[in-house]
Amino acid sequence: MNDITAVAPRQNRFSWRALSPWLISAAVLLILPFVLDSGTAFTLMNVIAVNIVFALSYNMLLGQGGMLSFGHAVFFGLGSYAAMHAMNAIDEASYAGEGFWAHIPVVSMPLVGMIAGGLVALVIGWPFCRRAGTAFAMITLGLGEMVAAAGQMFPSVFGGEAGIYGNRMVGPQWFGLELAQATDVYWFMAFWTFLAVFAMWAFTRTPLGRMSNAVRDNPDRLQFIGYPPRNIRFMIFIASGSFGGLAGGMAAVNYEIITPEALGLIPSGLALLMAAVGGLGVFYGPIVGAIVVSLMNSMLSDYTEASILYVGLVFLAIVMFAPRGLGGGIEQVRVAAREGTLGKRLPGWLTGAVAVVLISLGLVLLIELLFQWRHGDDEFAQFFGLNFVAESVMSWVWALIMFAAGVAVMRVTKKFREDNA
Amino acid sequence: MLEIVIFSTLNGILYGLLLFMLSSGLTLIFSMMGVLNFAHASFYMLGAYFAYTMGMEIGFWPALLLAPILVGGLGAMVEKFGLRRVHENGHVAELLFTFGLAYVIDELVQLIWGTVAVSYREPDYMREPLFTLFGTDYSIFRGVVILIAVFMFIALWFLLKKTRVGMMIRAALTHGNMVGHLGHNVPRLFMGVFGFGCALAGLAGVIGGPLLATEPGMAVTLGPIVFVVVVVGGMGSLIGAFYASLLIGLIQTFFVAIDASIADILNAFGMNVDPYGEVTGITLASLAPMTPFILLVLILIFRPRGLMGELEP
Repeated sequence: MNDITAVAPRQNRFSWRALSPWLISAAVLLILPFVLDSGTAFTLMNVIAVNIVFALSYNMLLGQGGMLSFGHAVFFGLGSYAAMHAMNAIDEASYAGEGFWAHIPVVSMPLVGMIAGGLVALVIGWPFCRRAGTAFAMITLGLGEMVAAAGQMFPSVFGGEAGIYGNRMVGPQWFGLELAQATDVYWFMAFWTFLAVFAMWAFTRTPLGRMSNAVRDNPDRLQFIGYPPRNIRFMIFIASGSFGGLAGGMAAVNYEIITPEALGLIPSGLALLMAAVGGLGVFYGPIVGAIVVSLMNSMLSDYTEASILYVGLVFLAIVMFAPRGLGGGIEQVRVAAREGTLGKRLPGWLTGAVAVVLISLGLVLLIELLFQWRHGDDEFAQFFGLNFVAESVMSWVWALIMFAAGVAVMRVTKKFREDNA
Repeated sequence: MLEIVIFSTLNGILYGLLLFMLSSGLTLIFSMMGVLNFAHASFYMLGAYFAYTMGMEIGFWPALLLAPILVGGLGAMVEKFGLRRVHENGHVAELLFTFGLAYVIDELVQLIWGTVAVSYREPDYMREPLFTLFGTDYSIFRGVVILIAVFMFIALWFLLKKTRVGMMIRAALTHGNMVGHLGHNVPRLFMGVFGFGCALAGLAGVIGGPLLATEPGMAVTLGPIVFVVVVVGGMGSLIGAFYASLLIGLIQTFFVAIDASIADILNAFGMNVDPYGEVTGITLASLAPMTPFILLVLILIFRPRGLMGELEP
């Protein structure tokens, strides 16, 4: 992964410029619930919050440590299970009115998840971290499949097929958060997301965070100067597992139910998807990816049956044509704006955008026609007020024309874009 | 008892051969291009679905020939227009690409053929018993599958060891640049090998579809096991993949067949444990889906280069 930009030089003195992203995001988090005041919006925002932390924790492994994992959901799921069991313990203890758990608020459940995730990584991680690359990918895949299968096997811990559920409105309340309404849950989510994102950003500034970039770029050299790569990988693995568990703890409070499916390949793939769509090389990339993918998942599924296919296609397109992801794109625009070359480069980018829009319109139309042809009507196919029907050949021709036009624009303007790059 | 052993062995070998049909293509692709094709099992699924659709029109045998060719062509296109483009961004990008491709193929299959299993079955006359042992039939189809598999191995061996293309492939496995410098078209060779590997997966799909089940989940169930085979056998080793396929096929089939729990086994060795406990009450049959992954983790911890591999991955 050689396309990752070098980190900015360390700034020791206080600057508003460095602080501004945090202030802005804190302000956005504070204003959001007053702007989007509906039940569905809160549900969606809570899901996004969980996914942001999950995707960022995944990127600690892949983007910063160069370790491609297919088993990250193990930490997410086990953290979630730990938090759920803790929540049930709080329920019982506060009912009895005594015991350790009676004094623990539900608000702190993400911490329980974090400890669980970190412990799991600590226990199982050492043999995994010998190699990065394909071997690591395969062993984490095996781990994920194994834990997911084990999840079905021990019903007293994992609750079997149905999973286990809990109640978040128990135990002592902190900050007056009853966690009954979606608004309460939102504040809980906002607090933990902000804290976790800040902690993960701070991690990238620690010596270990820097070493994790080094182990990604050149493990041999790291070994040579006296840092065993395996140790570094192991420590990143633990840190990443902890934050994955934290996301799991947040999910436990949000959903109040957890099934063994949360341990498997599908949520692991989701983490990878979100991180890669957002961009692995930029810190905030996975945040962008988590927001986009979560929005796509929940909004598209209202309109079309093929929503997962669209997410997959977006992922594929980004891997093929924009390996730096959406975050990388934002960063490119930002750098251009700072250097004052935005005016010169914008026309080139716009031609590219036109091509992408045409190609994707053509593809969407093709997929929806395909869907109509196989399954009958689908709401999404009637876009732009035009009714495309699979029976008429013209619909298919239109789809192909749009696709071909996009490719043509892409080809024709290629030189123009390169000249203005 | 003897009946269980014989039938489990036969079925285990059959399953193992099917696994090898998948993993041989994957191993070839991996050792040549350094890419573990995540979508390999998706091509297997495509093979089954293509054969199902074609089989309704043109019959089983022509479909057996045509479906793998179609899948292979599709694979070659994927290599030419997708993978080659991603190649310059490194191995992680390639893995991500094949991962996304698996995602998209799985969804497309659901879009076209629906989310439930299709009734893809072998022709009626192949459901007759080939022989009957202890009152249990062994169908002609299973025998045919073993024949096809063996025939495929001989063809593969012949192709790799006795033909000029095979020589080029073997050379490109270790000295890709040198083969290129000698004037051979290595990218085209890559495309060919990728397509050929996918065609093998497609062939496995054509005969695996009726044997297991033709449903959209078939890629996800078999895919990880094929990776396990490749890693356990030693990355890039065809012989290793062969042994690992048979090993996993036999282990899984025997675990399913043996009707005993952990407690039964421990008690047989003179220990005294609760036969209905949560851990000790687990039957070997329910452990069967886990066995490949346990094997994988053990192998990666104790013998990272796999059974026959020469290099650590």
